Amino acid sequence: MTGNIPILKIGRTLLVSIQVELSDAVAESLQNDVLSAIERSDAKGLVVDISGFDTVDTYVARILADMAKMARLMGADTVISGMRPEVAATLVRMGYTMDEVRFALNLDEALALLGHVLAK
Amino acid sequence: MISVVAQYKLDVRCEDDVVVVRRKARQLAQLRRLDPFATAAITTAVSELSRNVLVHGRGGIALLEEVSDGTRYGIRATFEDQGPGIDNLERALAGGYSTTRTMGLGLSGSRRLVDRFDIQTTVGKGTMIRVEKWQSA
Repeated sequence: MTGNIPILKIGRTLLVSIQVELSDAVAESLQNDVLSAIERSDAKGLVVDISGFDTVDTYVARILADMAKMARLMGADTVISGMRPEVAATLVRMGYTMDEVRFALNLDEALALLGHVLAK
Repeated sequence: MISVVAQYKLDVRCEDDVVVVRRKARQLAQLRRLDPFATAAITTAVSELSRNVLVHGRGGIALLEEVSDGTRYGIRATFEDQGPGIDNLERALAGGYSTTRTMGLGLSGSRRLVDRFDIQTTVGKGTMIRVEKWQSA
């Protein structure tokens, strides 16, 4: 369980704000919890806020990208928000791209990107 | 001449150890006033390389050092395992190739993040990787 990472619902959008350092075990159970929450809440959108992260290694990046792919299979669009400048620079310098995921500068922008979902 | 100001030897035997080593690297980089970009770079490289020790090297050690050249401070991280070694170093360093479920960017990506990258590997004996990240000039 990921008791310390709350999954909040706003309209038909789920909001996950990760403020703790993700260990591998927590990261994987977070994936499962988010997918279960999508099913339970009938969510169409998922916002994952990572403004609390000052480091994202390729393992965590992959967990996030996979989570977005899984959510997509369940009919929910994912936006990752709040990536810090140093994290963006580090991922690109490593050669990592997350082409399958959409990004937003902050929560406002992320919710606006999913606006068509919220409007319902 | 590079002098070692302080050093910390840490075990890399389980996944929690990777978190401990990464945290220590971040703490030292901040202590030695690397900027946020350099701090993220060395912390991420340390995370990737300690994970490599665990996943590919079947565990080993990480040595984190605060170093100085008399003008600037830097962080040096050395990883040693007695694992199977890397049989095709060129391919591993090129990136995008993985023998496990990871991205295959750990080694090549880490190399791009640091100021200095040395690797010695012997098939059947193990691998030693040393990286350094310095305060920007």
